[in-house]
Parts: sequence; C-alpha cells; structure tokens
Amino acid sequence: MLFYLLKRIGLAVVIVVVAVILLYSMIHIVPGDPASVILGPRATPEMKQELHELMGLDRPFVVQVASFLGKVARGNLGMDFFSQRPVAQIVFKQLDETLVLVLASIGWAILLGIPLGCYSAVFRNTFSDKLVGIFSIGVIAVPSFVVALYSLLFFAVTLKWLPAIGAGEPGQYMDQLRHLILPAFAIGLGWVGYIARLVRASMLEVLNENHIRRARAFGLPEHMIVFQYALKLAILPTVTLLGTGIGRLISSALVSTVLFVLSTTISDSINAMLDPRVRERL
Amino acid sequence: MIESVLDIRNLSVSYATPRGTVQALRRINLKVPRAKVVGLVGESGCGKSTLISAVIRLMAENALVAAGEIRFLGQDMQYLSPPELRGIRGRDMSMVFQDPMTALNPVFTIGRQMVDIQYRDGVSKKAKAKRAADMLSLVGIPDAVSRLDNYPHHFSGGMCQRITIAMALLVQPKLLIADEPTTALDATLEVQIIRLLKELQADFQCAILFISHHLNVIAELCDFVGVMYAGELVEKGSVRDIFQRPAHPYTRALLECDPSVIEERTRFLPTIPGEIPSLIDLPEGCIFHDRCPKAEQVCTKTRPPEVSITEHHTALCHCLEV
Amino acid sequence: MNWTKQFFYRLYREPMGFFGMILVALVIVSALLAPFLTTHDHNALDIANRLAGPSADHWMGTDQLGRDVFSRVVMGSRIAVWVALVTVAMSLGIGLVLGMMAGYGPKWLDAALLLLFDTLRSFPTIMFALALVTVFGPSLQTVIIVIVATTFPVYGRMVRTQTQALCNNEFIVAEEAMGAGMMRVLGIHILPNIIGPLFIVASMDIPVVITIEAGLSFLGVGVRPPTPSWGSILNDGYAYIRNTPWIIIFGGLPLIVTTLGFTFLGESLRDIFDPKLRKDL
Repeated sequence: MLFYLLKRIGLAVVIVVVAVILLYSMIHIVPGDPASVILGPRATPEMKQELHELMGLDRPFVVQVASFLGKVARGNLGMDFFSQRPVAQIVFKQLDETLVLVLASIGWAILLGIPLGCYSAVFRNTFSDKLVGIFSIGVIAVPSFVVALYSLLFFAVTLKWLPAIGAGEPGQYMDQLRHLILPAFAIGLGWVGYIARLVRASMLEVLNENHIRRARAFGLPEHMIVFQYALKLAILPTVTLLGTGIGRLISSALVSTVLFVLSTTISDSINAMLDPRVRERL
Repeated sequence: MIESVLDIRNLSVSYATPRGTVQALRRINLKVPRAKVVGLVGESGCGKSTLISAVIRLMAENALVAAGEIRFLGQDMQYLSPPELRGIRGRDMSMVFQDPMTALNPVFTIGRQMVDIQYRDGVSKKAKAKRAADMLSLVGIPDAVSRLDNYPHHFSGGMCQRITIAMALLVQPKLLIADEPTTALDATLEVQIIRLLKELQADFQCAILFISHHLNVIAELCDFVGVMYAGELVEKGSVRDIFQRPAHPYTRALLECDPSVIEERTRFLPTIPGEIPSLIDLPEGCIFHDRCPKAEQVCTKTRPPEVSITEHHTALCHCLEV
Repeated sequence: MNWTKQFFYRLYREPMGFFGMILVALVIVSALLAPFLTTHDHNALDIANRLAGPSADHWMGTDQLGRDVFSRVVMGSRIAVWVALVTVAMSLGIGLVLGMMAGYGPKWLDAALLLLFDTLRSFPTIMFALALVTVFGPSLQTVIIVIVATTFPVYGRMVRTQTQALCNNEFIVAEEAMGAGMMRVLGIHILPNIIGPLFIVASMDIPVVITIEAGLSFLGVGVRPPTPSWGSILNDGYAYIRNTPWIIIFGGLPLIVTTLGFTFLGESLRDIFDPKLRKDL
C-alpha cells in the first residue's frame, strides 16, 4: 500500500516536471511572446526587454526550467506578475474555495446519485428505470456551463432567489452557502448522472451474486438486502472512481493555477478560472 | 400416508428464451414427509435446481410456473404475496447452497450475517450472537465465539459450508433445502458434511430436500429418493426401492454407470448412449425412449403413466419389469 | 442492404437512439445548408436594432451589435460540426499511430509514449488552452490543437492496451514466427481488430469535443470574435443576461440539442454493436 502510494506520488512528480518542460519549450519554440501579450500592442521593445529579464525569459531554456523546478521544490512558486503576490498564496487561497466547491458539488451528487442508481437497479427494465437512465445520460451530456448559465438565468435573474456572482462575504457562512448553491448545482449535476449509472451497473452485478440469493432465501427484508448487503459491495467500484475523480478535480485545479501563473497569462482569465460558474472543465 | 411438509403436485415450469420455450419441468409429483430426508438425483440440467428455485420461489426472471401447485405446510406457495413468502423463507424453510465460498456476503462478518437472519426474533443482539456461536460449535467450528468476528474469506470451503448449514438450522426450519451442498468440496469433506447433516437432522427433526448427483451421498443420507431425467421425475421410492429394486430403465442405467458400484476393473467407464433430448422441441412419447434399451412402439407414441409398484414406489414407464 | 436495414430497424426500436438520430440529423442538415437557412447575414451589424427581442424578422432576437441571433446560431452549427470532425479524426489518427507504436514497439518507446500520454491527459483542458492562447492568440486552430492534444492520449492509451493484448495472441505470434513484418502485423491483424471499438469511442467523443470548443469560445479563448461559435454567442449574451436573456437561451439551446443528440445516438450505437465496451474512465 505504502509502496503503491510512493509510486503514484513519484509518477505525479515526473508528470509535473514533464508538463513544466513542455510548457516552457512551447513558449520557446512557437513564434509568440508572452511579454507582448501581457503588455499589449503598444509596448515598446525596451519594455518587453525589461519584462523578459524580470520574468527570466532571457535566460537559456534549461536554466529557466531548472530554476523554476528548484524553486517549486523549495516551496516557492514565484510571484504572480499582475497582482505582485506570491503564487503559492494565490494557489492556496483559491484552493480552499475550490475544495469547498468540489466537495459540495460531489457531495450532493453522491446523495442523489446513489439512491437513483439503487432505485434503477432494483426496478431494472421498468419505465422509471429507463427514465432515470435517460436523465443520467442527459445530464452527463449537457455542458455544465450551459447548465450554469440556464440556472443562473432562472434562479438568480428571473426568480432572484440566489446571488449570481461572487463567493459571499467572508465569515458569513449563510451568505457563502447561498453563493455556493448555483455553482455546486451546475458542477454536480453531471456527476449525479455519472454516479447513478455507475451504482446501477455495479448494483445489478452484485444483486445477481450468490450470497444475495442466499440472503433472499433467508427471507431478509428487501431494504436490508439492497441498502446493506448489496450496497456495501456495489459502492466499492463507485468509491474508487469517485476518489480518483475528486483527486483529479482538485489536483487539476491546483496544477492549473501553478501552470497558469507560470505561463503568465492574462489576469482576468485567472478570475474567469477562479469563478466557478465558468469553470466548466477542470 | 405420512403427513407432508412439502407437497408438489403436477408442477410444470418453463423458461422463455430467445430460441423458444424451454420446458424445464413437466408434471412433477413429489412429497417431502415431516422429518424425513428426500433426495433428488439426476444429471446436470435435469431440472433439479429449477425445482428447488420453484419451491423457494426464487426463480429466474424468465421462469414461469405453467401448471401445478407447490403446497408448503398446506399453503400454495404460488398465491403468497412477497411479504408472506419472506415470512416463510428463513423461518419455516431455509436453504444450503452449492458453492459455500460465494454463499456468504464477503464484506460482513459471519456473526453479523448470522445475527441478521434472526431479525424476526425479539431478543437482544447479544442473545442472537450467543445462539449463533452455539450453532457454530454444534456444526464443529472450534472457538466459535471469537470466530463470529471473522469474515467469510477467513474460512476454508468446508468451514464455510459448515457455517451455511449452521445458518440454515439456526432458524429451526421445518424444511431444509440442500442444493448440492457438497459438490464444491473434496471427497473427504463431503463425507464429513453428510455425516454432520445426518446427525443434525436427527437432532433438529427437520425435513430435508437434498439435491445431488452423487448416488452414494443420496444412499447414505436419504429416506426417500426421486430420480429426475430431462425435467421429469421418472421414478421415486424409498432408498431401498431405488437402490435395490430400481424399476425405471433410466434409474438402472444410472446405477450401472456409478463408478462406485463397478466391481470389475475396466478401461472404459460405462455411459448411457445418446443425449438428453432438447427441452424446447420435446420428443413425443416417453422422454427416455431414444436412449432406452427396452423401448417399444408404444414408448415413442404416448407418455407413460405413473405406475405404482409398491405403496411409495412409482415409475413413469410403459414396460416395467417388477 | 439487408445489414443497413437491420441496423436502422434496431435503432428504430431504441427510442432513445432514434430520438438522438433525429437531433443529430437536425444539426448536420443545419451545418450543411447553413447559408440557405439563415435569414440574415450572420455578421451584418444593425446598431439601431441592437438587443432586440425575438420578432418575426429576428426569430431569436439580436445581440449587442444588432446581429441576428438565429443566423449566428445556424452558422454556429458549421463551426461545431467542423471542429468535431477535424479534431476527432486527427485525435483518432495520432492516437492510432502512437498507440500502436507504444503497444508494438520496444519497451523504452512504450514507457516514453505512456509518459507523454499521461502528462497530456493530466493537463486541464482550459489551462492548456489559456497557455496556448498566450502564445498563438485565440483562433480556431488553437482550439483544434488544444482539443487534439488533450484527446489523442485517451485513444493512444486505448490502442496501446488493445495492441498489447492482441500481440500476445497466438495467431500474431505464429504470424511473426513465419516472418511477417511489422507493417503487415499492424496493418492486417491489429488495425482491423481495434478500429471498431475505437470508432464507437470516437463517436461518443463528438459531443465532448463540441462542448470543449464551445466552452473555450465562451471563455473568450476559442474562435476569434466575429466567427459565430455557440460558445461566443453565449459569451456575448452573458454580459446582458439581466435584461436580454434570449441570447443565452437561444445560444444554449443548440448546444443542448447537439450534445444530447450525439450522446443518445452514441449510447445506442454502443449498445447495438458492443454491449461490453465501456468508455475508458
């Protein structure tokens, strides 16, 4: 187990290093220039030169990569060029907001998805099972930013029940919760379908197993068979997949921010990134 | 007639498949008397398992009881609602399955599973666990109290089968259905389990419907025997009748093919020539006629009647030699 | 002929697949016939008539520059279908070649390609897009590169696994023992065996690709402004969500129709052709 973990972590480190090298080489190989993007069309060559030095882009490729990786290893992610704050600070400030959002989204998706999947499996091949199936496929298919926009339109603009933007006043939990509902709904909706399908499939498999037949032969109540005897087994593959899913969501949010600031892109795109309503694909 | 726990009358079961209707069981008549052991013997695919799924009403989704009735303690199982069926299963009727390793839920301790099957009893969890442990010692599991906390994978196959037998008897059923409980075990374990069942049956005084394709197991354990072939119960009688005075040609052939009764040393084990007929397009007449050495004209035309040889000994055959 | 008949019959029997096919047909017809379906020039400005609601003239209203939303939505289907076809075909091709190289080639090549696949897969699409946009500037080509670069590793991995599994088969070993070259083994024996499931996965990727394109354009890092992508229509509408919601409503609708259509169709196709195939999670 420990060996497996170490191996995974080692692989993750290698992937980050390769990703950084790829990004740096991309900046170098392709004809564009990050400095001119940042400074805009009216920048003078002197300004660009100055920025280059400031960002360390004038140094040889290998030196840039190595010095960045060295700093990362020491926990220093550098300074964000626009806000002049340490990147690590931005990353972690954003990370706990992201974490709350990811957990809230997946949390409600689990709470709805698991019962839906169980229901579908128990009433397999009935009309309502097919309905749940179509619903699941549908919510997986529809882009979550379209869901976000429509729900924004409906709940925030038309009904005015929920706030449209922002993360809420710090410290006021009710307010923050109200701000969390819409983005968590939009991100979680697809996961509801995903989880329901997974649970249905593994539930069907488990319900056909021998020990379930044995439990039935002993007259155990159906709710006990489904929600205890079968669910505990059926949930295992789902938990594994959810684990990697949540891990991917969070780590990509983290990696995003690091790579993003590293590649020094436009600041309001950071905001777009941080804004959960538009973060449709982490 | 002795009072019957289970009385199967004229039972026919079929399966709807894409290739047609499989008539898996046809006109089965069988009684299981109180506190007696009835064995069912036959080749794979002869309908033994279909019969017991029909009895406990846990049939495949495409199965249909086409005719007949299954009376258990006087009630016809077919007309019982799911809650009524649940009330019977695991109280008056319990079951031991073929493969002990998969018959227990792998993620619950055996203690939990043994306590759960007593969910109807209004006693404390502690009392239920105590009963479970006592039952485990009875089936020969040493150190039973501490083993309640173990998971099924901590036990060997033989141990698992002892546990499932303990569970089946824990509820003190009137009828225990044993679906080839020893097929997945090796020969020495088989003997142990059969002896255990025999002892416990005598103690608990429950009736057993025992399915097997091992003739010697049937001979050792059972009071009455039914012989099944291709979905029909071709002969039934006391264990003496069947093993010493077999009447039906199929029963005779089956006994002759049993390796344990072959006395001469031979390079070829005897077999019954021919194959089991398709259960979708049933042949006319006797189901066994194309493999039967004694088949006559009448056997290919009409279904044989159930002929009584002695009071409890009957066979489905046109040309019985008694 | 008989085969096609049977195929359509089975599709017809699956209401979901049939419904999906109708939606997909709608989108494809609209993409093919876009110039004939539009009621206005999709880029014609009409400042006097800006942000007007739906009317007999402008069926879906106008946007902030007075452009006809209906015409832009119809033209947008061209972008969506074009991006989907090009990127899926490219990803499929690259994934097939690299995947077979990894599966059939020497161990070091396998390890290197796997590392490449895993690295690219770990890139969040948006971040990758933002980084590329920094360098290239936003354009359709950037979108295509981003999508291909994040999609082909999935195919690559799949092809590699399948190739490896097939290579251990006896008939391949026998073929090699008889002196068959690499091209023969890959082309005649491996390719035909893996192409079927790959096509099904690819067909199910079409809605995903359309979503990514729209998402990138919505964020302003996709196609360049006057080009009418569904995502940029939504981006235009987002600023006016409070007072003129129809831009969002009509801009989102084709995305929902397309993704649902392709997904329903793909699911049914998979059920018909290969019930065992599950999408690589």
